[in-house]
Amino acid sequence: MAESGFPLLSVILWVPLAGAALVLLTRGRSAAAAVAMLAALVSLLAAVAMVAEFDPGVEGYQFLEERDWIAALDISYRLGVDGISVLMVLLTAILTPIVVATSWLSINRRVREYMAAMLLLETGLLGVFMALDLVLFYVFWELVLIPMYLLIGVWGGPNRIYATIKFFIFTFIGSVLMLLAILVIAFDAGSFNVILLPEIGVSSHLQTAVFGAFFLTFAIKAPMFPFHTWLPDAHVEAPTGGSVILAGVLLKMGGYGFLRYVLPLTPEAVDEFRVAVMALSVVAIINGALVAMMQRDLKKLVAYSSVSHMGFVTLGIFSQEQIGIDGAIVQMFSHGLVTGALFLCVGIVYDRTHTRLFADLGGFAKRMPVYALLLGFFSLASLGLPMMSGFVGEFMVLLAAFGWSYVAGVLSLLGVVLAAAYMLWMYKRVVFGELRSAAFARIPDANRVEVMALLPLVALVMWVGISPGTFVNLLDTATAAIATYR
Amino acid sequence: MIEHPWLIPLAPLLAFAINGLLGPRYLKKATGVIGSAGILAAFLLTVWLWAEGEYGEATLFEWLASGSLAINIGFLVDELTVVMLLVVTGVSFLVHVYSIGYMAHDGSFARFFAWLPLFVFSMVMLVMANNFLSLFVFWELVGVCSYLLIGFWHDRESANNAAMKAFLVNRVGDFGFAIAIFMIFWNFRTLEYGAVFAQVGQADPETVLVIALLLFVGAMGKSAQFPLHIWLPDAMEGPTPVSALIHAATMVTAGVYMVARMAPIFEVHTTALLVVGGVGAFTALFAATIAVVQTDIKRVLAYSTVSQLGLMFLALGAGVYTAAIFHLATHAFFKALLFLGSGSVIHAMHDEQEMTRYGGLRRKLKWTYGTFLVGGLALSAIFPLAGFWSKDEILAGAFMRGASLDGDGLFIVFWALGLAASLLTAFYTFRMVIMTFHGDPRDAELHERAHESPAVMVAPLALLAVLAMGAGAVLGFPPEHGLIHDFLHHAPGILHFELTGNQTIIAISLAVISTAVALLGALGAYMIYSRGAPRAESIGQFVPGMHSLLYRKYHIDEIVNYGIVATTKVLGFILWAIDAKIVDGIANLIGWTVRALGGAARQVQTGQVQNYVFLMALGAVVSVGALMIFR
Amino acid sequence: MADSLNAYLYVGAILFALGMLGVLVRRSLIVVLLSMELMLQGVNLTMGAFGVFNEDMGGYMLTLASLTIAASESVVGLAILVVVSRKARELYTDRMDGMKW
Repeated sequence: MAESGFPLLSVILWVPLAGAALVLLTRGRSAAAAVAMLAALVSLLAAVAMVAEFDPGVEGYQFLEERDWIAALDISYRLGVDGISVLMVLLTAILTPIVVATSWLSINRRVREYMAAMLLLETGLLGVFMALDLVLFYVFWELVLIPMYLLIGVWGGPNRIYATIKFFIFTFIGSVLMLLAILVIAFDAGSFNVILLPEIGVSSHLQTAVFGAFFLTFAIKAPMFPFHTWLPDAHVEAPTGGSVILAGVLLKMGGYGFLRYVLPLTPEAVDEFRVAVMALSVVAIINGALVAMMQRDLKKLVAYSSVSHMGFVTLGIFSQEQIGIDGAIVQMFSHGLVTGALFLCVGIVYDRTHTRLFADLGGFAKRMPVYALLLGFFSLASLGLPMMSGFVGEFMVLLAAFGWSYVAGVLSLLGVVLAAAYMLWMYKRVVFGELRSAAFARIPDANRVEVMALLPLVALVMWVGISPGTFVNLLDTATAAIATYR
Repeated sequence: MIEHPWLIPLAPLLAFAINGLLGPRYLKKATGVIGSAGILAAFLLTVWLWAEGEYGEATLFEWLASGSLAINIGFLVDELTVVMLLVVTGVSFLVHVYSIGYMAHDGSFARFFAWLPLFVFSMVMLVMANNFLSLFVFWELVGVCSYLLIGFWHDRESANNAAMKAFLVNRVGDFGFAIAIFMIFWNFRTLEYGAVFAQVGQADPETVLVIALLLFVGAMGKSAQFPLHIWLPDAMEGPTPVSALIHAATMVTAGVYMVARMAPIFEVHTTALLVVGGVGAFTALFAATIAVVQTDIKRVLAYSTVSQLGLMFLALGAGVYTAAIFHLATHAFFKALLFLGSGSVIHAMHDEQEMTRYGGLRRKLKWTYGTFLVGGLALSAIFPLAGFWSKDEILAGAFMRGASLDGDGLFIVFWALGLAASLLTAFYTFRMVIMTFHGDPRDAELHERAHESPAVMVAPLALLAVLAMGAGAVLGFPPEHGLIHDFLHHAPGILHFELTGNQTIIAISLAVISTAVALLGALGAYMIYSRGAPRAESIGQFVPGMHSLLYRKYHIDEIVNYGIVATTKVLGFILWAIDAKIVDGIANLIGWTVRALGGAARQVQTGQVQNYVFLMALGAVVSVGALMIFR
Repeated sequence: MADSLNAYLYVGAILFALGMLGVLVRRSLIVVLLSMELMLQGVNLTMGAFGVFNEDMGGYMLTLASLTIAASESVVGLAILVVVSRKARELYTDRMDGMKW
């Protein structure tokens, strides 16, 4: 199915944008949310259809669409998905309606613009994962930046301007370098075509430079130690929905970039810098976990846990073992579900108490039993409990890491032990014990919308955990190919 | 039945699903019956499996395939599995029934009966696993069930801390376990038991030794062996039926089961067995000394469990695997009995757990007293109760291992440690019995209100008492050739210790010695405690500081708290500071530098058009001039 | 003398320089505007002179076009002056630093 008659990917990609335009025409928060929800659901439906139609046995890209865009420079509007992107597209499509639903409750001002920004963000993210032309990829990459900048800067917390500018500048430094690298590749290889590029390859003398530029871009986005410091600030200030998408999908752009561009295009440079990247990943895992443990702010804790978990992603990718790459993708998918859900849980408690400090929280188990159960579920998923999604990715990545070096394996395994420590301690401080303030005595439990938003994530987390084969099968052909670029 | 082994775990899983989803809102008290019925179904299916006597492996579904890795979820059913299944489902059923009475007044009744079947499901899956990954998966799941049930009363700070401690200490053990699994994969390229066991012979013995020791670290965590035993006594914060089921009869024995199952790996290098036996023997005595001075009835039992588990590891180390599994089974019966009995006492005394406020309860709690006494006699290994048969075999095995030519002399030392532990076991058991049931009531008011537990609680006690009395002789007579020996004889991977010639005489004399020691311990307790506490106190003064050292559990908790927990926190704090000040500081410094440069440059922008024009003109003149001069 | 190109160029340059000086140093916006016109005329004169001496119609054309534009420009400029003076109630250049930073 190289050329599909129906432009399925375009539907998935552009429906949110059309939705964004329509949202701006609505009046009233519920109307805006309803239109946004509709657009997000149509996109999700199409994405599910895409996954169902996806043939895991086929090598290369599927659902290809190609149109001339800037013919003079041989730049095309070229979309397609393979095993690496299919789960990322699905993840984006799943998280957006969930965010729309919960934001309908928690966003109080400029709901219309918020929903529009969210849908624009979805289009940008989907485009990043679908684009098969370097210029198109770059356009979508930058498109993601603007709505996210607005989401943090307009709907964020008290220190939002600092956070959003920091987010913007960090990412932008990376993407400017990436533009440079894209031009270098284009002049060197003579094409912007992502399908053809791996075969042409980048000349040896340029590989280090191209690798450096790409690496910095994706390392900032992932984020890898020591380029991660924008993340805690951005998360703390971002509104709940923004955090969910930020942690759930935006970070995955980094991992995806490594897989799609760095490993295939610059294998020699990867070989050269592999030890350093692996070392940084291990440092990220342990450092992130230890720092997460000492946080006083619930959201910051989850943010630092993201750094630790994304360390497993880069560790798996640069192990260049197929198990590790599969594991990294599963870990990305799982992290999107679990950390997205955790941020939603943080948001639920923040909406009710207007605080996220552990010193003010505690004792919600009695008042909010359903919430306590859900938070407990996702905390356990996050600390890598078997039968849930977090375990699968970490297990596969660790397996690959042990194959590469026992030292790296043992050290990263330490991160798993620490994950249990900070997650359980967090859970205890939020949910158990006594209520800290009389004002919380009548705090309502998670309401129907919140529960309905989280339940699909519960189901997916269990599905990935119990039968990861279903998901890994989608990847296998593509990752087998990537593992050969070395 | 062998075609459908998954039916056994399915029953408790269904009970969990039904109780979990519908329990709190609709079923309420009915959850108790549903939970018990699910476990009973699993037990009956196990009996059916056992009666059919067909064993083998079955694959359920492919869990994961990626590159060279392929892992299936499957079942291994052999004699060892069946013994474990019978013990797990049987004791679980009795504990479930008991809990219907024990938890009757608890507000979270339904939640309790959701988690408990989930635990049974995980435990059943654990013993039925046919590969290392499944084992690890359910190993962790029983851990999380334990976490949920220890912290069941979550408004108690101490319960939360105990739950967290249990999970974290187990994670430390699992750290070793996981490394072992990864090493197994990269050395043998498979995680199936059979395929791995087939290859260990050819592998580098040193590597296999490392794998075995790392596996043992996992077993130490789960089975609470020194120094990873610290979580188990605290785990008594959970409801008493949980202590009986998870923290005495089943989950904590998973480590023993694991080492027995992995015997081919441990057998490769004798050092592995020596370490297992040594740690076991040391823990047996170590925990017994602590149990001697504890005054909380459940803590005494908890340390007793640690001690008994140590004996099982001693058996494993000595190579008498059957004895270890035998003791695992009898211990499950009598320790569950003791815990449930203590629960009955606690229930009667309105949640008072301090033995110093008990006393004279034997007239009020006749059934509880009778069954508790049976459990105590069994634990003390008094002939002919269950504990005698299994424990005697362990000590005999350790002695013979040490005495035999190809054995290791150190096992004689381990035997002596085990024997000393037996002495103390009998001592603290009878101290407990006497302080609780004999003498005069120390708290008249509590005593006045005490009442015997309802039938639903007493019936399981009675059944367990029968098992604690008879199971040893039925399963283990004659020694080395009883039912359980013949049964486990066929299990692959389980090695046997064969008695030869006149060693029978040695065996009998060893049995006499250990019985004498047990009686001595019991007698000592009677002498000291039966006529009031003052004597005990005066003995406590005999070695200054000794009582406090034991009562404070050798200060291990403090050492761990300050040595590891606090260190980790400080490290986290330092790293946070580095992260926020230095790593982020550099990023901010770059931003600040750019801003400073811009700040300097913006002085030129005065906002006055004439300045701009002047600069423009100057620029024009300079450039034209330059052109004219340098062209 | 009268038919020497240089003479016209000198006058043009002097006009331009005087205008420039006025633009740079005078505080009154009106005078600045006048000075700008002076600069423009200096340039126009130069262009016209080149047109005459080189017998190039382009010079005339450009001068005429420039004059037209100068006229419209001064209209716009004066209009802005009126608006600014209404808003600020004064027309001194050193008080106007709204474009600062």
